[in-house]
Amino acid sequence: MTRYRVAVHIVPRKGVLDPQGKAVADALHALGFGAVREARVGRHVILDVDATDAGAAESSVRGMCDKLLANPVTEDYEIAGVNAS
Amino acid sequence: MRFGIVTFPGSNREIDASLAITEGVGGEVVHLWHKDHDLQGADVIVLPGGFSYGDYLRAGAIARFSPIMQEVMEHAKRGGPVLGICNGFQILCEAHMLPGALLRNASLRFASQWINLRVENADTLFTNAYAEGRVIRVPVAHGDGRYTADPDTVKALEDRRQVVFRYVDRNGNPLPDANPNGSVNDIAGIINERGNVLGLMPHPEDAVNPLLGSTDGLGLFESILARVAA
Repeated sequence: MTRYRVAVHIVPRKGVLDPQGKAVADALHALGFGAVREARVGRHVILDVDATDAGAAESSVRGMCDKLLANPVTEDYEIAGVNAS
Repeated sequence: MRFGIVTFPGSNREIDASLAITEGVGGEVVHLWHKDHDLQGADVIVLPGGFSYGDYLRAGAIARFSPIMQEVMEHAKRGGPVLGICNGFQILCEAHMLPGALLRNASLRFASQWINLRVENADTLFTNAYAEGRVIRVPVAHGDGRYTADPDTVKALEDRRQVVFRYVDRNGNPLPDANPNGSVNDIAGIINERGNVLGLMPHPEDAVNPLLGSTDGLGLFESILARVAA
């Protein structure tokens, strides 16, 4: 078993109104960052998991996302990194 | 008939629900703890309002895996009535006992105010004491009440008359200003296809006594008593 650090990004799905993201984009525009086309605000979760290899660590985290960490109705997630720690 | 009210860590309207049932309509209440595996003979389960688990991760996401939810789901599968109010509605959606999800209010502000609801379907276990189309006045108190579902799901809910309560103005008209959270189609409460699981964001249990400013919420508990006792 190796310990892996797995990072997950969870963001509101495209097409789902994200008022937080919109407020952030509006504030950035007000600060002069006019190049911002869109902002979406989500969550970043870091998990330390024991697994036989990186693939197993990733697939177990996908299971966690499907069951608890992300809501399949409104959110998308992506595994942002799997690193032996 | 016995109502079982589940208390999760962070629930805060379980006493309101209890008083609405006992003093409001003369029903019997048993309080259930989220870690129990026993519904103690309850005929109707109520998931009350509050902020279970501090709304961590998503409102209702963690409470949905509480031990007692196993029994609540089995109760619903047997056709037993389940009522989810506010956080209870969020838990029912997270548990996939109702379709869709409840997201942060479009205004990004916590909504604590009196609102008007139109009873869209009075032919349910939970609404038969109301006249269909009646406008009732009840409070809301939530930060994550914006009902969302994919367009096909929303259409199916509308076609099957599963939208039971809709935000309207006092004259019964759906208007953007009458919707406190930006929910799709002004949806405030929905029922499952089988008709035994209802979730709504507003608080009928807090509109059961003239001292509270309204008694319009009593009809919901009277409806359940009438149908389940019969």
